[in-house]
Amino acid sequence: MLTIPRVLYDKIVAHARADHPDEACGVLAGPAGTDRPERFIAMMNAERSPTFYRFDSAEQFRVWREMDEADEEPVVIYHSHTATEAYPSRTDISYASEPQAHYVLVSTRDEHATEFRSYRIVDGVVTEEPVSVAE
Amino acid sequence: MAIEVRIPTILRTYTDGAKQVEGTGSTLGELFTDLEQRHGGLRDRLVDGGSLRRFVNVYLNDEDVRFLDGLDTPVKDGDTVTVLPAVAGGAR
Repeated sequence: MLTIPRVLYDKIVAHARADHPDEACGVLAGPAGTDRPERFIAMMNAERSPTFYRFDSAEQFRVWREMDEADEEPVVIYHSHTATEAYPSRTDISYASEPQAHYVLVSTRDEHATEFRSYRIVDGVVTEEPVSVAE
Repeated sequence: MAIEVRIPTILRTYTDGAKQVEGTGSTLGELFTDLEQRHGGLRDRLVDGGSLRRFVNVYLNDEDVRFLDGLDTPVKDGDTVTVLPAVAGGAR
């Protein structure tokens, strides 16, 4: 299960809405080993595309180094789908490389209702998990 | 002195859990070949044929080696090489 503070949940949704129709992406960092997301980091989508996302490699390097120095890890890696459901695509699965992370998918295809779902992706196997929003 | 190589979580199965390892070589490609002798299987996760795999980012100090010379990028003692999995995906 992913437990996420309301304020971080709202930031992910706001980022996805702001970048629509392009895909938005980012990270929630948290203390290593705690599984607790605490810090919101919106990342640039280097692809600026409605169907693909990729972290900018220079930005990723800086952010990963900051996390390393603060003894944090990427607890959540999120991105949006803007015309399809919030389920990992084949590309998402083939790139998934943080086995300890929660992969959050947000769909902004419906203007009024946002889908927000979370998955574990390990060795190509996708497992959906419940999302608990902590008020 | 040697070249320090930082290993991401997903590849630490090849380094007995070590976060960083050391190696030698005059280019990035030679460094990976050197690492392979002590960390069998690692090179194959970084290199495909003669070039870097699409799924990994490799940095020399703080520069992405794709913007340098890829596997031919010269390296020297005291350098730090960082490997990070690329984070990417899409709707298809």
